[in-house]
Amino acid sequence: MIDVINLEKHFGDNEVLKGINITIDKGDIMVVIGPSGSGKSTFLRCLNCMEDPTGGQIIFNGVDIADPKVDINIHRRHMGMVFQHFNLYNNKTVIQNIMLAPVYVRCQDLKKAKRHNFFLPITNLFRKEKQDKIDITTSKSEIVKEAKEQALELLNRIGLEDKADVYPSTLSGGQKQRVAIVRSLAMNPDVILFDEPTSALDPEMVGEVLDLMKELANEGMTMIVVTHEMGFAREVANKVVFIDDGQILEEATPEEFFSNPKNPRLKDFLSKVL
Amino acid sequence: MGDISNKIQKFIEIFIDNKGYVKVLEGLKNTLTIAIWGLIIGIIIGTLIATVRVIPKYKRLPRILNTICRFYVGLFRGTPMVVQLLVFYYVLLPLMNAHMTGVKVAMLVFGLNSGAYISEIMRSGIMSVDSGQMEGGRAVGLSFATTMRMIVIPQAVKNILPTLGNEFISLIKETSVVSFVGATDLYVAFNYIGSNSYEFMIPYLVMAFIYIFLVLLISIGIKIMERSLRKSDRRH
Repeated sequence: MIDVINLEKHFGDNEVLKGINITIDKGDIMVVIGPSGSGKSTFLRCLNCMEDPTGGQIIFNGVDIADPKVDINIHRRHMGMVFQHFNLYNNKTVIQNIMLAPVYVRCQDLKKAKRHNFFLPITNLFRKEKQDKIDITTSKSEIVKEAKEQALELLNRIGLEDKADVYPSTLSGGQKQRVAIVRSLAMNPDVILFDEPTSALDPEMVGEVLDLMKELANEGMTMIVVTHEMGFAREVANKVVFIDDGQILEEATPEEFFSNPKNPRLKDFLSKVL
Repeated sequence: MGDISNKIQKFIEIFIDNKGYVKVLEGLKNTLTIAIWGLIIGIIIGTLIATVRVIPKYKRLPRILNTICRFYVGLFRGTPMVVQLLVFYYVLLPLMNAHMTGVKVAMLVFGLNSGAYISEIMRSGIMSVDSGQMEGGRAVGLSFATTMRMIVIPQAVKNILPTLGNEFISLIKETSVVSFVGATDLYVAFNYIGSNSYEFMIPYLVMAFIYIFLVLLISIGIKIMERSLRKSDRRH
């Protein structure tokens, strides 16, 4: 589903990623680990072009999204992202946080379809192959209603339906992160990128977030997770990747990765963290 | 004691009997119109400049615009308001062969000047919103402009509005320089009363009190505004 080919990224003279090649298939749970400053977060942020790659290709669903000419916003809608610091919108309530993007995107599509139909008699005059009207089966209020139902369902799933109308500032860290995860789910993404989702949480709240992530994994969601939670990697991942110094040094199944590491730097790293 | 009551009597004589209050009212009106129009023009210019300065600068056009805006801000922040007024009135207008009243010139120059300051107020207000808010919006596929409009700017307004009030206060106080281009403001009005009665103590004292009164009024307005904004910060 995602093919990363020779991905490079440098900030000025500082080379952070030095040619990364990896393939992520549908249903993969890939965990990326590595020492701090190794480039693992940059790698993840390059995958949806939050940082523009300076070289190489990222083929996502057949399109090279590293190409600056591609409208990245369309592809990001199929690529959820969860941040270390949650990044919930502070000026919106919890339910608005979840509904905002789906409603906006669908309303935008609706507007486009309406505009298309409106100008169709004129534009068809200049076309050889006449185009048909787009069927409009929905309305703005219906979109909002559907999105609200979906959002409530998602909140119900994480047990926070009573928090629907509060602002994020009143939630605990774990609750914020769970809301952030279902916010990315609301777009029905093909893959979700997790950028150290538990690093900013109190230890007692790490569990609830990891449980939700495990649930998603069991449902077959494709996930790429940058984390320091070795337990999660061992238990849930089907592919573990070790990045150091901007390069992938080892890529293996979790059993292989933890019990029989080959790269000397990985051995050293594991001996420190395990 | 007798001296002071004498002075007050003289002031009242000029103020009421010689229609000094007409002049004062005109000055007050001009002071307020210049400050208010200055603020309005300033907000328009400031919004434009701030927009140019926060959009990403990958392409050439935004980069050129950005340089122009930085030059503009540097120019208007780097020279005193009086100098700008004088240059506009005595250099630019004759060069363009145009005629404008002092009040109109003042309105325009105050607007141009405060535009430079307000653009910086708005820019810093937008910059002070956590960059994660922008990332959160971009990550779900919203464009830069949409994220700005729906998420960042509503939060930035809370930082901007109180500072904008301060800018209005300093505009009101700075109107005291418009006499340089022949416009009647509060200073000119009270100077007129003073020179007619050969007595400056009371007129200038009253003038100071009027300024303080105006500024206090605005500060109270700002405080009320700030409180209501803060209330919306912690809604439960």
